[in-house]
Amino acid sequence: MRPDFVVRRIGFYVLICAITLFFAVPMLWIASAPFDASPGLGVHWPDWTLENFRKTLEHPYAMHSMVNSLLICVTTAVAVTAFAALASYALSRVRIPGRDALLYGLLLLSSVVTGTAAMVPIFVMMFQLGLIDSRFGVALVMTGGLLPAAIFILKDFVDAVPKSYEESARVFGASTGQILRDVVLPVARPGLATIMVWAFVNSWGNFLVPFLLIRSIEKQPGAVLMQTLTDEGGSVNLQVLPVFSLLFSIPVVVLYLLVNSRYGFRFHGGIKS
Amino acid sequence: MAGIDIEGLATVYPNGVRAVDGLDLHVADGEFFALLGPSGCGKTTLLRTIAGLEAATEGTVRIDSADVTRLEPGKRGVAMVFQDYALFPHMNVSENITYPLKVRRVAPATRSGVATRTAGELSLQGLLERKPAQLSGGQQQRVALARAIASEGKVLLLDEPLSNLDARLRLEARTFLKKLQRDLGITTVFVTHDQAEALALADRIAVMDSGKLRQLGSPREVFARPSNTFVANFIGSTPMNLLPGKVTSESDISVVSVPGGSLPAATVSVPADAEVTVGIRPEYLTVASGDISGPALRGGVVVAENLGTQSLVTVDCDGTLVGVTVPEEAEPSPGSAVVLTAPATRVLLYDRESGELLARQPAPVA
Repeated sequence: MRPDFVVRRIGFYVLICAITLFFAVPMLWIASAPFDASPGLGVHWPDWTLENFRKTLEHPYAMHSMVNSLLICVTTAVAVTAFAALASYALSRVRIPGRDALLYGLLLLSSVVTGTAAMVPIFVMMFQLGLIDSRFGVALVMTGGLLPAAIFILKDFVDAVPKSYEESARVFGASTGQILRDVVLPVARPGLATIMVWAFVNSWGNFLVPFLLIRSIEKQPGAVLMQTLTDEGGSVNLQVLPVFSLLFSIPVVVLYLLVNSRYGFRFHGGIKS
Repeated sequence: MAGIDIEGLATVYPNGVRAVDGLDLHVADGEFFALLGPSGCGKTTLLRTIAGLEAATEGTVRIDSADVTRLEPGKRGVAMVFQDYALFPHMNVSENITYPLKVRRVAPATRSGVATRTAGELSLQGLLERKPAQLSGGQQQRVALARAIASEGKVLLLDEPLSNLDARLRLEARTFLKKLQRDLGITTVFVTHDQAEALALADRIAVMDSGKLRQLGSPREVFARPSNTFVANFIGSTPMNLLPGKVTSESDISVVSVPGGSLPAATVSVPADAEVTVGIRPEYLTVASGDISGPALRGGVVVAENLGTQSLVTVDCDGTLVGVTVPEEAEPSPGSAVVLTAPATRVLLYDRESGELLARQPAPVA
């Protein structure tokens, strides 16, 4: 083996290690700090204790915000999946002029609609609807923001359901509702699961929408509460925050593992020839 | 059980294509009927219009004398098997077979009885709990047939029933299908682009082209006496020879001169000197030995292709290639000169312009 080759290889692996470390350190912190008797901002071998967990459970808002997060995200995920299923079925099966332009337009606009740019009009609209400081309102806004992309992705899954399945059911006398329930939705189930998890994860981590629309601290979801986890002096509460971060990341990981084991993740990315 | 009556039926697509163009057809009760034609001839559209999956633009469809032209597919009493079988992948065989009953809200106990019985009829016992993906192609097809039978339609429609099977399985499935149709006695219409399949299975064949009917008849009629050059070209595993010809003598037996010689034709109503297209199947031509006094074709052998027990020999007759099948032991060597003869009853004359069969002659003795 030539020496310059060996040197290049070593350099390459050192670089890889540095990059890996850069991403691994925060993970190591989340894994170690919650169990440390004196948690700090550095990573070190913990001085084992469960005291931090007790503190977090006793925190007046911490666990409650998790419940809020679950409420908002389950509502959003279910609504996105239900509406996207109906819309993508219609868009996949009914021939309307300019359908593809409509889909791409929706997708383009959706990145603006829930983005920062549209926050003022959305706030005004929600204010006039009387949905400020409402968890339902937050779920509604997030549903609207996620729907276009969800329809776009799910349409690919529905397109992949052969038309002959439906025609076959029609010849046997099935109604449109029966066809959707008995044939199309079960066949497109991996797609529905993907969309549901995707919507849940997206709304779980959403900070901006609940931050702007929810006033009372007892209605805030975890993503917003996390930045208020300070002690009386105003500095970060390092006993509660690490535990909270760990708990906050669990649902997403569990959902991912669940769906991955059942269906395997099949993201088509909404791209089609 | 019921027949199908089609009158003046036309199915026009939104882009203006007349996929089915003014068709009249009667399928008798219990008949096994083939719709045959090249791809794009409208045969599948016709089948789908009978099923109600395509809306008829003009004309009527009657099943069992009831006008079903404007009825929903589910209300017509038809059962259909799709080309890809359209088995629902998330249901097991039993659920697939009884789905038509589930739609009609038949009690589960009755359904499982039907599943067991129908599966028995189609030798699917022991497979009821399997998913379609765990079945072979032939088994999948039988499940699709079982489902169609369980739906108790008056008419069975099959779209390209054998095209998804591999070659060996296709022969087996063909025999099975014909026996099943005989046993059930159900009026069956099937679509195929494979003329051999249509000849083997059907009681009667409708040959279609461009949405129109080109010939309707029994397999024997369609094979032996194609009523126009389109059908002549389409039917037969080796295509019919179509040669430019001229009627030279008119007596009891006409003689037509064709490139490389002449052929006899048992036609009396064509005037002498008429320009015609002469049709003769390679199977009906024979390589003659010794001197020939009557009308014959002379040419040199170009190639010989082995077809198993026969060989297809291509003969160059004055620049026109003529195909002839010969028994395997009588295969002439390439380059040798041969003389070809044909019985007058097998030589067909077609109008040069319209391509239609001229002057009906007495039916050949088969």
